[in-house]
Amino acid sequence: MLGTALTLNDLLFLGRGALVTIAVTVIAVLGGTLLGVAFGVLRAHANRWLLLPLVFLLDVFRSVPLLIQLILGNAFQAVAGWGWSPFATSCVILSLYTSAYATEIVRGAIEAVPQTTRRAARSLGLTWRQDMASIVFPMGLRVALPSWIGLTLGVMKDSALVLWLGIIELLRASQILITRLQEPLFILTVAGAIYFALSFPIARLGARLERRWREDD
Amino acid sequence: MFEYTFQWRQAFRALPQMLEGALVTLQVAVLSMAMGVAIAVLLALMRNSSSPWLRAPATAWVEVARNTPALFQIYMAHFGLAGLGLYLDPFTALLAGITFNNAGYLCETFRGALRAIPGTQARAGRSLGMGAAQAFRLIVMPQMFRISFPPLTNQMVWAILMTSLGVTVGLATDLTGVTQDLNSRTFRTFELFALAAVLYYLIAKAVAGGARLLAWRLFRY
Repeated sequence: MLGTALTLNDLLFLGRGALVTIAVTVIAVLGGTLLGVAFGVLRAHANRWLLLPLVFLLDVFRSVPLLIQLILGNAFQAVAGWGWSPFATSCVILSLYTSAYATEIVRGAIEAVPQTTRRAARSLGLTWRQDMASIVFPMGLRVALPSWIGLTLGVMKDSALVLWLGIIELLRASQILITRLQEPLFILTVAGAIYFALSFPIARLGARLERRWREDD
Repeated sequence: MFEYTFQWRQAFRALPQMLEGALVTLQVAVLSMAMGVAIAVLLALMRNSSSPWLRAPATAWVEVARNTPALFQIYMAHFGLAGLGLYLDPFTALLAGITFNNAGYLCETFRGALRAIPGTQARAGRSLGMGAAQAFRLIVMPQMFRISFPPLTNQMVWAILMTSLGVTVGLATDLTGVTQDLNSRTFRTFELFALAAVLYYLIAKAVAGGARLLAWRLFRY
């Protein structure tokens, strides 16, 4: 149990897998957040009926398993003849998936800013854009940030599924090592510990922010 | 752009098999939720207890369940436990993984709900002559479920989505597994998985709608 054939090179291999996990997560969260802000602002302001197709589409991204979305996205780009790499496909699908959740967070944050506050801003002569930038954004950020941190961690964990498209991220890397070394429990524990080390401190930070910012309401 | 002929009929011919798979999917989700809720109530009580010997394992469970991927947890049940000589077949491994995950998340949900119930209620129960367990079961627990019903519904939908991960440990009987099996024989990936996506969407919506109906029946005064 204590003796292991895991060498430093194998650990580096796992580390590289972890870097791929982080890269996919960062790209997906960046893309998803940008889209989510755009969709969220639309959802908070535009006509409800006009947005019905968008709302339905984002609901689909939240109600269909991510694995199916990845397989479907990969099949679609092949059928369409775009020739995307698995990495690009994964990033695009994960971004869309993230945007579906980010939209709800942004919408909630915008709606958490009291209407009266915004009217006060407008009546002082601020334009809609100024009102959004200097009133809604700072106030909404406090509401959105804890959930956004949770979303980021969720995407990090969900990004493990891109292994199905053949990308060697952390979990797939550990699986390759298991096939070679035949020590599933030990290697999986190492991989799990890496995930935990990535996620736990940030989760703690998010919980702290949430508590602290609720207090001075 | 599309130099590809879609073969939808082939996918629709597979529909009966996929519906059978959907039943297995629902079965795993319901079982994992039932066991997850039971374990989560226990974990919540343990985390709220004053003994560190009860608190520590419950906290460890919750933090591992919430800070590692669900797929990792299923791998652990399937490949990891095999290293200890405990071999779980794909169905059991999937069920164990999702139950572990559900219990971790639901424990925190229940703890949040318990905080919202005034301590005076349990004490009022005790002063009427109820035992501690009786007061918890008859006074606190019903309110806890009422408060945590919306997040419970969310978790149920999550459980359904998580069952799709069974295919990664070789489960071939749930909706994703059946679809993947058909896919490896016909290579109609897009058509088959599009149909699977529609089915998953319908199941998720049916469960969410059913839960709302149930809440309306259960929790009216």
